[in-house]
Amino acid sequence: MNIHEYQAKELLRRFGIPVPRGRAALTPQEVRAIAGELGGSCVVKAQIHAGGRGKAGGVKLAGSPEEAEKIAGEMLGKKLVTHQTGPQGRQVKCLLVEERLNIEREFYLGMVMDRSLSCVSVIASAEGGVEIEEVAQRSPEKILKEAIDPAVGLLPFQCRRLAYGLGLSGERANLLLSIAQGLYRAFVERDCSLAEINPLLLTREGELVALDAKMNFDNNALFRQPEITALRDLDEEDPKEYEASQLGLSYIALEGNIGCMVNGAGLAMATMDIIKLYGGEPANFLDVGGGATKDKVTEAFKILLSDKRVEGVLVNIFGGIMRCDVIAQGIVEAAREMRVTVPLVVRLQGTNVELGKKILSESGLSIIPAETMAEAAEKIVKAVRNNS
Amino acid sequence: MNKGTRVLTQGITGATGQFHTRACKEYGTQMVAGVTPGKGGSSFEAIPIFDTVEKAVSATGANASVIYVPPPFAADAIMEAADAGLELIVAITEGVPIMEMVRVKRYLEGKKSLLLGPNCPGVITPGECKIGIMPGDIFQRGSVGVISRSGTLTYEAVDQLSRLGLGQSTCVGIGGDPVHGLDFVDVLILFNEDAQTKAVVMIGEIGGSAEEETALWIKANMRKPVVAFIVGQTAPPGKRMGHAGAIISGGKGTAREKIEALKKAGVQMASSPALIGQTMKESLSGNF
Repeated sequence: MNIHEYQAKELLRRFGIPVPRGRAALTPQEVRAIAGELGGSCVVKAQIHAGGRGKAGGVKLAGSPEEAEKIAGEMLGKKLVTHQTGPQGRQVKCLLVEERLNIEREFYLGMVMDRSLSCVSVIASAEGGVEIEEVAQRSPEKILKEAIDPAVGLLPFQCRRLAYGLGLSGERANLLLSIAQGLYRAFVERDCSLAEINPLLLTREGELVALDAKMNFDNNALFRQPEITALRDLDEEDPKEYEASQLGLSYIALEGNIGCMVNGAGLAMATMDIIKLYGGEPANFLDVGGGATKDKVTEAFKILLSDKRVEGVLVNIFGGIMRCDVIAQGIVEAAREMRVTVPLVVRLQGTNVELGKKILSESGLSIIPAETMAEAAEKIVKAVRNNS
Repeated sequence: MNKGTRVLTQGITGATGQFHTRACKEYGTQMVAGVTPGKGGSSFEAIPIFDTVEKAVSATGANASVIYVPPPFAADAIMEAADAGLELIVAITEGVPIMEMVRVKRYLEGKKSLLLGPNCPGVITPGECKIGIMPGDIFQRGSVGVISRSGTLTYEAVDQLSRLGLGQSTCVGIGGDPVHGLDFVDVLILFNEDAQTKAVVMIGEIGGSAEEETALWIKANMRKPVVAFIVGQTAPPGKRMGHAGAIISGGKGTAREKIEALKKAGVQMASSPALIGQTMKESLSGNF
C-alpha cells in the first residue's frame, strides 16, 4: 500500500525526523493561506502516488501567496504525467505547500526489506535528489549499505559508518544517527516495505531535513495497522483491483483484450505468459484462490467483464482439492447468470476432470473446451481474432 | 521425509487444518497430533489435540509440523515449533507480515529446525509422505526432483511430468513470500546428494534475486541436470502479482534477468509453461 508525500512526512515527523514546515491543501485558496503562514515564498508540490513530479512540472516555486494560488489553480484537477505514471497520468487532487529551504547538499537515505539477507537494510548515498537505481547502475561504489540485525536494531556504530561515508562528522553525524534510527523505528513499527528520504537535505544552517519522503507498506500487515490503512487513497488505485481485493480475489489490470481467470498466482502468471506466447494480449491477472466456488467465479466474471476491452475469456483451473466437477458447475452457473457473450475457453485439469468436462459440454452454453494450457491459449487467441 | 515421519498439525481445529490433516492421513502420512491452544485434551478423528507443541512432541514423538494457523499468529506458531525441536516445519499460511518472518528467521538461527514457507503448498515424497495441501493423485514415484515458488503451477508441471512417465522423487514448494525458510539452493543441495533424484525441475517467479543467486550455485556445484521455468514474463513492473514476493521493484527481479542467469549456468529453460515436462524429457534423453 502506498501513501502521499505529505502523509509520509507527517508520519516521519512523529518519529522525530525533521521535515519542512508546511501542510496539504485541496483548493487554491487554502494554498494561498498556507503560503501566507509560511511567509509568502514557498514550494507547491502535486501529491500523487508516483515519482518524477519535479521534471513533469508538478513541483513549482512561488514568490508570493498570490503566485502560489495561481500555480495551484493550474495544477489542481489536471492530469500530471511523469515517467512513472504511464501515459494516462494521474489526476492531481491535493497539493503540499512547504517552506523553501536552501540546499547545501543532498543525500539519499532509505530503508528497504532486503530479500537476499532476510532483514531490513538501510541504504545511503551522497548522491541525493536523483533516482537511486540510476546511481546504483553507474556508480555502485557511491551506495552505502548496512544490514540491520532484527535482534538489536540499527546500531549507533552503523549510523556513524554511514555518516562518515557520506562526509558528515561531528554534530551532523549525530543528526544523521537520530534520523536513521527514527526511520528504522517507523519502518518496523508501521510494517513498511520501503521508507525513502530522497533527498535528505543538508541546509546551509547545518540542519538535516527530509525534503521528500516515500513510504510503502506491507499489505500482509495492514490488518494490524489501522492508522496506516486509514491513509489509503482509493483514487490512486484501479477500482477493479480494489473491488477484487475486497472479495478475496487478486486482480491486476493489464492492457490487453483477453481476460484470464485462474486459481493460484503462479498459474495465473503462467496463463498471462502463454497467452502472449500465442500472440494474444492478456487483459488482466486474476487469481480466484483456493476456493473456486460458484459465487467466487461469478464475482470474478463480473470484474473481468466490467473491463470493456475484454473480447474473450480464458478460464484455466487446476483443481486439486477443489474438484473439477464442482468448478465446472460454478463456471456454468456463473456464465449463465452473467450472460457471457464473448468467446469463453475453459481448460480444467485435476481431480474429476472428465466429469467436469462433461458438465461443460452438456451445459448448452458455447464454451470452448481445451485439454492443455497451450491448446487453451491457442484457442482463445484464435477465437478473439475471428470475432473482431 | 518418508513413511517414518511423524507429523503434527498446528491449527488443526480450523476448517483448513481439519480438511488437510484428513487428506494427508488418507494419503498415508503419519498424522500423529494436533495443537490448538485451549483445545488440549480433545481430538480430531482419533488424532489427539494438545495445548502446546512441546506437549504434543513429548506424548507422540512427532518430528515435523505443518502450520495452518492464521497470519496474525503464524510466526509465533513457527517459533514455538522450533523451540520444541521439530526437525521440519512446513508453514502453509499465506499473509504473514514480512517483518514477522524477518524475526522468525533470526530466531531460527542456531536451532535445528528446517523451515519451509510460509505461503507454500508443502512437500511430498510420492507414495511415502505428503505434508501440505497438494493433490496427491497427480504425483508419481520417480526420480525427478521438483522445487517451486508456486502452488498450482507446480501441480501443472508435475501433471505434465507424470503424463510423460517422469515420476518425482520429492516435490518441495518453497512458497511465494519474499522472506522465507528453505530457498532454492538449500533444496538443490539436498537433491544433489539424494540418490533417488536424477534431475531437477525448478520453477521460479519474478521478484527478488533468488534465481540469479541460485544460478551461480548451480554453475559451481550442481552435478545433475536442471530444467527451469520462470513465470511472470508478462508481469508489469511495480505490481504484486498475487504472491507477496512476486514483484518487480526498482527494475530488479524481472523474468528476463533470471532466465539469462540460469541459461549462463547451463540450465535448460522451458520456453512455455506448457512445455516444462517436455523440456525435462528432452533434457534426460540428451537432446540439448
